[in-house]
Amino acid sequence: MEADAELLGRLRAGDEEAFVMLVARYQQPMLRLARSMVPSQAVAEEVVQDTWMGVVRGIERFEGRSSLKTWLFRILGNRARSVGAREPRHVPMESLHAVDPARFDRNGQWADPLERWVDESDDRLDATIWSPILKAALDSLSPQQRQVVMLRDMEGLSSAEVGAVLDISQGNQRILLHRGRSRLRAILESTMGKG
Amino acid sequence: MLSLRRRDIVCQQAVELVTDYLDGALSRRDRRRFENHLRACPNCSAYLEQIKITIELTGSIQPEDLTPQARTDIVELYRRWRSE
Repeated sequence: MEADAELLGRLRAGDEEAFVMLVARYQQPMLRLARSMVPSQAVAEEVVQDTWMGVVRGIERFEGRSSLKTWLFRILGNRARSVGAREPRHVPMESLHAVDPARFDRNGQWADPLERWVDESDDRLDATIWSPILKAALDSLSPQQRQVVMLRDMEGLSSAEVGAVLDISQGNQRILLHRGRSRLRAILESTMGKG
Repeated sequence: MLSLRRRDIVCQQAVELVTDYLDGALSRRDRRRFENHLRACPNCSAYLEQIKITIELTGSIQPEDLTPQARTDIVELYRRWRSE
């Protein structure tokens, strides 16, 4: 992906190819995020299309105070919220533990040693192998956890940026991130044959 | 066996602090307790490493390519939006 500033210049100049590049890069992540915020795939697709229209029409007014990516996700978040109205404002209380309590002894210490993933010299940590597994794992998270994990860990937004996109407090965001990451780790662990 | 001081944390508590730790959101005291625990506990060090790898792998998920049809559709929309 080329630098924001250059891409922004091309977008403002009405460069069609620059726009297609932007869509190619963000269409799927935006669809995934929208899908977790609204009741159906059809509505999610509308929200994403609506976001692109907002981008085309608003690019003149975009001041570049945030990154282009954060701006895109903020537009998306706003549009999804305006049609979604299904997002509960509280953090659901499911899966309170980062790790299954059965993994600890009665003193709260690990009952069995943990495997060191980094010590493995084989290609078990190859990203292309784990992509499909992690995508499926993401789909198993609660919608709110998925939103936060996607924006923080897939898209690399900061905690403040994610707060603005999703309109949630830092505290709630961190709880959702913690539960989401913990669950992804557990799924990776069990897929690797342990746990 | 380690003799637990009153304010030491155990593994089951440590795993719940990992996200706050990585976000720099722990109080100075909790951060110290967490790091002390980590130094003494190879399992929790391994756990933190696993979480970091999980984050890294999540960040390297390959996005699907745009289908040719989706590309055509969006270009068509783009031209319409620009001309309106």
